[in-house]
Amino acid sequence: MPAPFDHNDSNVVVIVGSGAGGGTLGSELAQKGIDVVILEAGSRHETWDFINDEWDSFGQLAWKDKRMTSGDWQVAKDFPNLPAWIVKSVGGSTVHWAGASLRFQEHEFKARTNYGEVEGANLLDWPIDLAEMEPWYAKAEDRMGVTRTNGIPGLPGNNNFKVLEAGAKKIGYKEVHTGRMAINSEPRDDRASCMQIGFCFQGCKSGAKWSTLVSEIPKGEATGRLEVRPDSHVMRIEHDDSGKVTGVVYADAEGREQRQKARVVCVAGNSIESPRLLLNSNSSMFPDGLANSSGQVGRNYMRHTTGSVYGVFDKPVHMYRGTTMAGIVQDEAKHDDSRGFVGGYELETLSLGLPFMAAFLMPGDWGRDFAADMEQYRNMAGLWIVGEDMPREDNRITLADETDEYGMPIPNVNFDDHPNDTAMRDHAYKQGSAIYDAVGAMRTIHTPPYPSTHNLGTNRMSERPEDGVVNRFGQAHDVPNLFVSDGSQFTTGAAENPTLTIVSLALRQADHIANRMGKGEL
Amino acid sequence: MALRDDTLVQNRRGFLKSGAGLLAMTIMPSGLIVGNAWAQMPQSTDPDTFKTLVQMSRDCYPHAQIEDKYYANAVNILDEAARSSEEELAFLEDNCAKLDKAAMDAHGVRYSEIPSDDDRTALLKLIETDPFFQKVRGNLVVGLYNQKELWPVFGYEGASADKGGYMDRGFNDIDWIS
Ligand SMILES: Cc1cc2nc3c(=O)[nH]c(=O)nc-3n(C[C@H](O)[C@H](O)[C@H](O)COP(=O)(O)OP(=O)(O)OC[C@H]3O[C@@H](n4cnc5c(N)ncnc54)[C@H](O)[C@@H]3O)c2cc1C
Ligand code: SF4
Repeated sequence: MPAPFDHNDSNVVVIVGSGAGGGTLGSELAQKGIDVVILEAGSRHETWDFINDEWDSFGQLAWKDKRMTSGDWQVAKDFPNLPAWIVKSVGGSTVHWAGASLRFQEHEFKARTNYGEVEGANLLDWPIDLAEMEPWYAKAEDRMGVTRTNGIPGLPGNNNFKVLEAGAKKIGYKEVHTGRMAINSEPRDDRASCMQIGFCFQGCKSGAKWSTLVSEIPKGEATGRLEVRPDSHVMRIEHDDSGKVTGVVYADAEGREQRQKARVVCVAGNSIESPRLLLNSNSSMFPDGLANSSGQVGRNYMRHTTGSVYGVFDKPVHMYRGTTMAGIVQDEAKHDDSRGFVGGYELETLSLGLPFMAAFLMPGDWGRDFAADMEQYRNMAGLWIVGEDMPREDNRITLADETDEYGMPIPNVNFDDHPNDTAMRDHAYKQGSAIYDAVGAMRTIHTPPYPSTHNLGTNRMSERPEDGVVNRFGQAHDVPNLFVSDGSQFTTGAAENPTLTIVSLALRQADHIANRMGKGEL
Repeated sequence: MALRDDTLVQNRRGFLKSGAGLLAMTIMPSGLIVGNAWAQMPQSTDPDTFKTLVQMSRDCYPHAQIEDKYYANAVNILDEAARSSEEELAFLEDNCAKLDKAAMDAHGVRYSEIPSDDDRTALLKLIETDPFFQKVRGNLVVGLYNQKELWPVFGYEGASADKGGYMDRGFNDIDWIS
């Protein structure tokens, strides 16, 4: 039956969230002939609705529902109610994302084996490896039009990249280029090429940047088998006496409670909301929350080891012109514990507009020195550190006592930096400064982590049911027709930006679900 | 780094919600505000209070190139909130009075009349973790730096999609790097 679907249609696959994981999975299933309803908490904003203004765009797209924080991380002090900077809108955080699309390295799928026992870390090997993922990475790169793959040329380097490149080469780095980006360097897949607008985080107004909003969802909808229902906030997943899920309860645009029946439910609300939903779906059969017999739901929250370095020069850079993430240094992404930490990190250019610079350069700071730094805005070049952080059992999402407008407990995000994270960040700050110093920076500024843009690990994949929440296909160990389809499945975080891996896993999961449905097993 | 208390958290959330926002700066040669460029603005706070708030705002984020009226625009956001809340109004009035009293005790004049930038900054340092200071400062993050007319001062060009992006407008025009 073609979309839209009836609330009582118990034949549909229901997906919670339309971002990297959910949007890709829904589209791929629909293209395989399966009926899908994606319930998305946010509204639908199209390319022409996007705003080239940081705060206005934030107001339009960001997830602003109240969250709480605890732990020793700097974000809890600087942004106590904004632990994450992600999207609530059709397309999810792929509307905000910068487009960096990197494969994990082989050793990163087996972190426990390769890094050994790390005290205070809950490391585990993924139940899958690079060889198994390679075909799915290849498929995802083609779908997303990643530069430097499939014969697609790299993007041209902007001013910010040229500073990074020159400095990095001067200090001996070799793997420096304009990145593997899901941004068209030439027209492809009915999307135009990059105009170097510079508001990638605000939703690309030229459509050059891949997102589930502009790419996956329209293709799924064209089949007639995908319905994306915006303004639909899922609050609970329901199950029957046999322990199989039967559908979800959600609040619609008017705040009315609705129930959508389902054959299979896939959770893809990003790593804070997905465990929140499972924890809130507790019942007498699942007293600690759905799919939580391991007690791992909500735990092992990872956010990548991050931080920024801004180099201040005596001449203009205008770093905000052109692609936000315009290039990368990959030499430090290896695992080499002689540096004093396990795992590696990438250095990627980043720029913020002036309004966000004011908020994020040194949150809470004031006075003459800060003002003087801001006055150097035009002369700044910037980079962002993204490195592997350690999963920890107590870095976790829990339900707070306070409830939201629908009566659903709001999430608390607890996070303590692991000594490995701190050692890596310090190393990266030093290397970032060395890059800019090498090309004549007057000084460099070490900016603390922004609210988390990469949120991972809270429903992790494990071989054994007691170690994690889902199996190698993202299927819940405890509930056969429940899947997790977003970055919360990550067993460990690796050094790379996560989205290419999320999309690859979603394509692989779609294949798995379709096969199992075909065999009558789901 | 200054700690936030609950009041500020609430306040910041309010700003984020409305899509408005966070902080900013200023310093005239002497760093003292001149005249009352904001006289035309409707005000709920006492004129002396408003003036203290403008001076405080400039001292938080002192930029010589920025005129007083832009700081006053930011303070006006606080003033506007005080128009509909007696509690807010009392909060601003009481705390400005306290700051003026501290100024009187130390320097014999109101806060906004202390001639030395360092002396004023020293007084602010004493209260930098207070909810009052954090409110005034926090307000400037968006209240000052998000005023588009000020962006050229910093060399930020703002929206670019309507101009066709930077493809032909200097995305790679840097000439001093090799
Ligand atoms: C500014 C920024 C830049 C980034 N740059 C990069 C980059 O260059 N490279 C990279 O790899 N990654 C990048 N990322 C990260 C990337 O966007 C995310 O990792 C990715 O989108 C996560 O996918 P997801 O499916 O887990 O969640 P999301 O894409 O966030 O999608 C989750 C969706 O679920 C919805 N939802 C949540 N709860 C519910 C509910 N209860 N009911 C209904 N709907 C719900 C949300 O509204 C949202 O739309 C960036 C992120 C940001 C914010
Ligand atoms: S720089 Fe390119 S990808 Fe980024 S917003 Fe502009 S056109 Fe889109």
